Amino acid sequence: MVTKITPGIVTARVIGYLILLLVAGMMVVPFMWMVTTSLKTSGTEFSYPPQILPTQFDFSNYQRLFDNLPFGQYFLNTVFITLATVFGQLIVCALAAYGFARLNFMGRDTIFVLYLTTMMIPFQITLIPLFLIITGMGWVNSYQGLIIPGISSAFGIFLLRQSFLNIPRDYQDAARIDGANEWTIFTRVFLPLNGPALATLAVFAFMGTWTDLLWPLLIARSEQMRTLELGLAYFNARPNAFLQPNWPLLMAGSVVVMLPVLLVYIVAQRYFIQGIALSGVKG
Amino acid sequence: MTNATLAARPQALRSFWRRFWSRSNEKIGYLFILPSLIHIIVFLFIPLIFSFFLSFRDWTKPNFSDAPYVGLENYEFLMEDSRFWQAMSNSGYYTLLAVPLGMAISLGVAVVMNQKLRGVYFFRTLFFMPVVSSWVAVSIIWLTLLDPNVGIVNYILGGLGLPQINWLGDPRSAMPSIVLITIWKGLGFNMVIWLAGLQAIPQELYEAAAIDGANRWQKFWRVTLPLLAPTSFFLAVTGVIGSFQVFTPVYVLTKGGPLESTNTAVYHIYRRAFQEFDFGYAAAQSWILFAVIFIATIIQVVYVRRRREEIQF
Repeated sequence: MVTKITPGIVTARVIGYLILLLVAGMMVVPFMWMVTTSLKTSGTEFSYPPQILPTQFDFSNYQRLFDNLPFGQYFLNTVFITLATVFGQLIVCALAAYGFARLNFMGRDTIFVLYLTTMMIPFQITLIPLFLIITGMGWVNSYQGLIIPGISSAFGIFLLRQSFLNIPRDYQDAARIDGANEWTIFTRVFLPLNGPALATLAVFAFMGTWTDLLWPLLIARSEQMRTLELGLAYFNARPNAFLQPNWPLLMAGSVVVMLPVLLVYIVAQRYFIQGIALSGVKG
Repeated sequence: MTNATLAARPQALRSFWRRFWSRSNEKIGYLFILPSLIHIIVFLFIPLIFSFFLSFRDWTKPNFSDAPYVGLENYEFLMEDSRFWQAMSNSGYYTLLAVPLGMAISLGVAVVMNQKLRGVYFFRTLFFMPVVSSWVAVSIIWLTLLDPNVGIVNYILGGLGLPQINWLGDPRSAMPSIVLITIWKGLGFNMVIWLAGLQAIPQELYEAAAIDGANRWQKFWRVTLPLLAPTSFFLAVTGVIGSFQVFTPVYVLTKGGPLESTNTAVYHIYRRAFQEFDFGYAAAQSWILFAVIFIATIIQVVYVRRRREEIQF
């Protein structure tokens, strides 16, 4: 359709850009403030009027996070827990999705509907008993306590099943005629053909685990077990024996928490937006 | 084939059953779903049942042996517990502010984005950054921005000659401040959903409206908005459910204060369970919260169904 460029359309576009720029400013300034404050020398952050740019860049705050605070340990914990959860979810959900999408067995659809129903149960209902069960298993303050409850999700199974259903049945039949068993079909046909859906789930699981606060808050008891998110929250709330929290340090910590997620988001943006538009489920 | 006709014809039922059984010969399927099945039973179904029984017990230590059955006592006490109902109404206040405002603002941005301007992908990337960011880091950033003495927001307000606000320190403005941060963080998410809804509206409808002489405003109210009903329903329902579960910003920004003004339901339950170790009572509270969320969802579903009937007629 060819639209004539009228003065009305030009005005609308100009107003549109102005609105978008204004909103973009409101979205970006807090992030810029985070980065520049993290580079301020302690003590200069309260200067008034507020300085957007520091007079000189001071990278020592980052060094202090890792030297005087256990942010290195937090970082390793977070990476390990997140990667384990992502791989766990990919394996468990993909297996289940293949079963639900492509294998016939009694009660399959009933069980699947049951899975779907569980997506409506809010987390806080199971939070307390789950904590007591994990306590009973002796998993408090352990990696398995932080990882295992998150290695499967009904949402992930739903997402992958939708994608698996789109693979033509002929592929499966052809592989069977060639003598492939279900395991081979799953690993050699379905996993390679569903890369985008698997990537979408991986991104969701990554975001959800990396930025989770509530579960680590309950399970990670010692300093050595804390994740970045939890460590930052604790550092904000309680003075440390070696180092008082101050704005530049807190902002440096925020940058460390956020940077990996933002990088993953920018690289994998397509999968993320796709997943949200597809399912409408928040990460 | 319905169940009734099947029951009337046992022969058909038997052959149906035989066909079903012979088709379900891929029993290896059970092996494929087994890990997820074990997971969902151990980490969801058992906790769910456990939670129900827990709410009838006086469970004050994380200890399985020492929890006497108290019947409905937790629920009776809860009905009289003004702190709990204060927390529920705080959550209701938060939801009533955050969901409609967040939806309206993000719809406005989505409509602008839908004008096929150049660079929308760039803007979408920017708007989405807060969505993927960690709540703890976002809360800490806003803690400094909203600082009453040296924060940027009050500096700008002062520069414009407006009164400065003790954002998170005043019981009147603390909850609206958290709502503001929530809207800021969720804008990109709502916008993507709105945008998907907007792009699904057939262009011909606008052309037809233009032929009928409709202006921009009329097109928006008469064409766009009614056709976005499913999208707004989705956003309203998920928004209400999510809002009743807000935890992290409260934990980082205000700890429920000042004067309990930001003590939301989940934060209250968290404190009751994990700081006061009153697990049985907190479990009862979480069931009441679940019931409220459930009823709120049902009301929205019924409302939409009624509206749809009106529109169709």
